[in-house]
Amino acid sequence: MARAAVPGGLSARRAWREATLVERRPETDSAVTLVLDVPDWPGHLPGQHVDVRLTAPDGYTATRSYSVSAPEQDDHVELTVQRVPDGEVSSFLADGLAVGDAVRLRGPVGGWFVWRPGQPEPVLLVAGGSGVVPLMSMLRARGGPAASGAPRFRLVYSVREPDDVMYRAELEARAANDGVGVHLVHTRRAPDGDPRPVGRLRAEDLVAPGWTAEDAPTCYVCGPTGFVEAAADLLVGLGHAPDRVRTERFGPSGP
Amino acid sequence: MTGIDETDGAQGGHATHGAGAAWDGNVMAGPLSELFALDVTAAVVRCRGCGRAAEVATLRVYGPEPGLVGRCPGCDDVLLRVVRTPDAVWLDLGGVTSLRVPTPRNNAASA
Repeated sequence: MARAAVPGGLSARRAWREATLVERRPETDSAVTLVLDVPDWPGHLPGQHVDVRLTAPDGYTATRSYSVSAPEQDDHVELTVQRVPDGEVSSFLADGLAVGDAVRLRGPVGGWFVWRPGQPEPVLLVAGGSGVVPLMSMLRARGGPAASGAPRFRLVYSVREPDDVMYRAELEARAANDGVGVHLVHTRRAPDGDPRPVGRLRAEDLVAPGWTAEDAPTCYVCGPTGFVEAAADLLVGLGHAPDRVRTERFGPSGP
Repeated sequence: MTGIDETDGAQGGHATHGAGAAWDGNVMAGPLSELFALDVTAAVVRCRGCGRAAEVATLRVYGPEPGLVGRCPGCDDVLLRVVRTPDAVWLDLGGVTSLRVPTPRNNAASA
């Protein structure tokens, strides 16, 4: 089947497709990556999301949005789902969906909170909690070290405590091998020896050599609403142009 | 866009902006893809109330039941509503004076 020129072009985006779980990969105590096989997947851009629909035997349906966490590979679409108390869809996906089970999936959707490979400017990623998921998709799509021509990337990642960090081993490897800057912000408990005082994101967390407003990075901020608004305000306060700060907010659970 | 719990939501700071909306217009991408051929979250709407132009992605969004309600990030007026029933999609653009949808440049150089 020919690929659309625009990933997810037109009719392909609207169709509800069957997606079969082929692998589950725990990321933290409360988050799991689901690898779904979606035949004839039209491809997606880093930052795009999908809608997942569950249908109960009585016909009741529930639809929620989930960010894709990795570039497409062989019609496989990876989502990382954070378990949510009282979240009927997230809980089912995180705990109830078994390898071989199928869900309905629509997408990819979203054309604003995306990073297009080929964008030359540096990229500052700012994540709160599981807001790291779509940013991880961007980081993974970036590829190898800056010497290979990839743009500079820096991730500022806010978590409550060390155990909440998703993708830790991969982030450490990308920092060591690919020159990605990774700065962890711990809001309640930090690892021993962390020089940063515990607490919410501050302006100095967003500043680093080569990452000032004059360096004109495009900033992608994703997390809970309060985090996103605070982070975006800090970035604009540091002089970043508002139109270079792209945001994605989510609350207690995605609709 | 990925689900997250309330306590995690508290890590980022107080809801100093008061709106308290759980989501933003990015979440409307799926429902609006049923109606529009192009992605509408990157489109710019102009608020009938305050005149502010904003990308649909930046609207404050409440929902999901009975539908998604998108409010102006400037004045909080309701700009658009999307409701999905079993056999129809309702779109109310009553708070919007215009919708500008960016299209791919159509010229030989990009072909």
